[in-house]
Amino acid sequence: MQITVNGTTHEVDVEEDMPLLWVLRDELGITGVKYGCGIAQCGACTVHIDGEAARACQVLAADVWGPVTTIEGLGTPKALHAVQAAWIEHQVAQCGYCQSGQIMQAAALLAETPAPTDDDINDALSGNLCRCGTYPRIRAAVKTAATRLQEG
Amino acid sequence: MGRIAKIARRSFLVGSVAVAGGVAFGIYRYRSPYPNPLLDELEPGAAALTPYVRIDAGGITLITPRADMGQGADSVQAALIAEELDATLDQIHTDPGPPDRAYWNTALSEEAAAFTAPGDGLMNSAVHGTIDAVMKFLGMQITGGSTTVPDGFVKLRQAGASARETLKRAASEQTGIALDRLSTEAGAVLLPGGERIAYTDLAATAADLEVVQDVPLRDPSQWQILGKPMRRIDIVAKSTGTQDYGIDAAVPGMVHAAILLNPAQGGELRGHDASAALAMRGVSAVVPITGGLGIVADNTWRAFRAARAITADWGPSPFPAEMDAHWEALSDAFTEDRQDSRKRDDGDVEEVLSAAAPLSAEYRAPYLAHAPLEPVNALVRVDEEAAEVWTGTQIPRFVQQNVARIAGLDPDQVTVHALMIGGSFGHRLEDEVVKRATEIAAQMKGTPVKLTYSREEDMTHDFPRQIAMARMRGAVRDGRVEALDLSLAMPSVITSQMRRQGQSVPGPDSQIVAGAFDQPFGIPHHRVTGYRAAPLAPISSWRSVGASSNGFFYNAALDELIDAAGADPMAERLRLCNDPLARAVLEAVAEMSGWDGPAPAAGRGRGVALTQSFGVHCAEVVEITDTPNGIRLDSVWCAAEVGRVLDPVNFDNLVKGGVIFGLGHAMNCEITYADGRAEQDNFHSFEGMRLRQSPRIEVRGLENGDAIRGIGEPPVPPAAPALAGAIFAATGTRLREMPFSKAVSFL
Repeated sequence: MQITVNGTTHEVDVEEDMPLLWVLRDELGITGVKYGCGIAQCGACTVHIDGEAARACQVLAADVWGPVTTIEGLGTPKALHAVQAAWIEHQVAQCGYCQSGQIMQAAALLAETPAPTDDDINDALSGNLCRCGTYPRIRAAVKTAATRLQEG
Repeated sequence: MGRIAKIARRSFLVGSVAVAGGVAFGIYRYRSPYPNPLLDELEPGAAALTPYVRIDAGGITLITPRADMGQGADSVQAALIAEELDATLDQIHTDPGPPDRAYWNTALSEEAAAFTAPGDGLMNSAVHGTIDAVMKFLGMQITGGSTTVPDGFVKLRQAGASARETLKRAASEQTGIALDRLSTEAGAVLLPGGERIAYTDLAATAADLEVVQDVPLRDPSQWQILGKPMRRIDIVAKSTGTQDYGIDAAVPGMVHAAILLNPAQGGELRGHDASAALAMRGVSAVVPITGGLGIVADNTWRAFRAARAITADWGPSPFPAEMDAHWEALSDAFTEDRQDSRKRDDGDVEEVLSAAAPLSAEYRAPYLAHAPLEPVNALVRVDEEAAEVWTGTQIPRFVQQNVARIAGLDPDQVTVHALMIGGSFGHRLEDEVVKRATEIAAQMKGTPVKLTYSREEDMTHDFPRQIAMARMRGAVRDGRVEALDLSLAMPSVITSQMRRQGQSVPGPDSQIVAGAFDQPFGIPHHRVTGYRAAPLAPISSWRSVGASSNGFFYNAALDELIDAAGADPMAERLRLCNDPLARAVLEAVAEMSGWDGPAPAAGRGRGVALTQSFGVHCAEVVEITDTPNGIRLDSVWCAAEVGRVLDPVNFDNLVKGGVIFGLGHAMNCEITYADGRAEQDNFHSFEGMRLRQSPRIEVRGLENGDAIRGIGEPPVPPAAPALAGAIFAATGTRLREMPFSKAVSFL
């Protein structure tokens, strides 16, 4: 089957029920997307499908409904997305393992809600677990990113 | 003997070694602060160079012997070198270096001496010296005990300073310009005319020079990097998905593996049927390993799926199958023959407590999983004459030895690549995953095998935090706390942990009383007794170790006495406090939280706790609101005394994370066993704190003390008791057992 990731279309020969997470990581070698729980409880595998945040561990290969964007496709060290830039400015990461998912979730939130309230941020990001406890910085970084994006 | 005598007069001897196209600087060996016969018998040649910084055509590379699992160890180690070397952080690459017994962790071994005989005095110095030497010979290149900063604070700066002065000498030799007319800046030697010679162009010359010794370290007032906000060297990679962790490691020809272990941890595999699994797509082998099976496939998910298709007959757990028996074992441990230590016995507790009916209470703390977000994993290739390992580890030397033993090789034949760790909290002080991966790889020599634990296998086969119980008896008089007799029972974490490495640790285990016997409160009649419970489920060090449960017990007991005395939790702690550093920490959180201002409104409550752990006094005030939908955590104020804050940004982040870690587990986490099996296997049943529950947190680092301390663990112990105090203040519900969700609900 065909799957488009970060603008490139790949032909993959996998079972229809292989989760997108493992297609990305083990078949395509796209490892910015992380495995944390496999049951949609941690959000480390969050990607965008057709611009919408989705848990890649819960989307079967056959059900991918549009082009996939991973953290690598959102921005790069040389061309950062505003959310990534805010994450760097606030030095959010400790171990950093959850942050790909946090950033993808935040980017999806801001695409839909450019000026999120505290409640909006709580609702959007409480499914993304951070075991290091970087939540105060995540909140601050989302707000900074929102401001930057609105300034254009 | 000449060289040894020379070394003995110095704390450090900086050395250099020529490497291809350049030079590496490092420390020869650390002179023990205590007389140490074992070290004195070392042959001169046995004092191996510990390389810390390598300068060659590839640039400046910092060799960071301590593992980075998110605490920013790489960055702080780079900053310590760069400060004296006169390089900028962005000029420095890092490399964890090979496992080497030269990287023994002095600071941790000094903490470890506390396992046998904490306190001061000559006797203790001797014990320190011995443990120190033993740790060195065991080759404990360990990251733990919040020791990276204390261990590297002088060593790394000294290596940087000697390297700088030696490079200057090389420049003087190359140019003929007198040494005192040269200076250094941003990775280069500056000539009087303004010309710059990069260190990398001086490295080959420097390799031939005698290393400049005893370079005075700069006064902190001159620091350019340390003490100021710095950008973590991994922050861009960790914000763009380009940071590789152990789980991302890949080498050509690699296969993927999963495991199926006896759900009753440590129990045997009596029989199994893997025919269905072997028929599944991509599955190439199912092989026996200790306690279960390894499943080899061409994709992680296929290996996971095949593992679920295996039917197995499992033996029972080697420890009690049901929780009642675990609690009973703790309850039965408060006896004279199980007494492990009594390190505090002030006044006359028995007399005071027999005079009147004492107050009493019992407290409990559950098993807890480490559950870092990156499940454990290891990539291992075993060949006939060598083995190679790629994994995130805090114990690379043990990994090397264990792989060698399992593969039938010498440790020298095993190469360990220490990779970035996606969280640990003590989890990567264990290396079961490496052992299991090696068992699989040894059965398919030449093929690199990457073993990834599923979240379920990781959580149910963790070696959790200790289960613990405390009993308090106490008395109050004239509005004051008069007597506190605290008895603490838990199995020995250190014994359980070290047994898995084939080591035995003699003597009392001070972690049984850590965070309780050594607290800065002058209660007139005060006794702390540790009881060693019989071994139960296998356990391991969990962020802050003994203090993670004892910090709760101690402060919760103190709170009950303070309440009975009719005193204020902050004022009475301040009155009892007998250490100026601890007092300053309490005064800081009192001021930050406005403790002496208006009382919280109805339905709100504040609690305070202070725990000294790992040499750090850390106090927290928690403020909550009792809403109709549950307890809401509003604010936390935290102050800690660390001697010196090396990176204020990372300090703030680590402290907030520690507070959240402590609060989240106190709220809703436990590992329980039924039929010998851990009942919690993923984050739906072991939740921790979510962003929506995360309070506002304000942090202050105090720098009144002389000793520099690490901050990875100390914010954890006071979090739970401060929360319990706040809940009591708001609701009148006294919490004596973690997790608190057993008694109250959270928003």
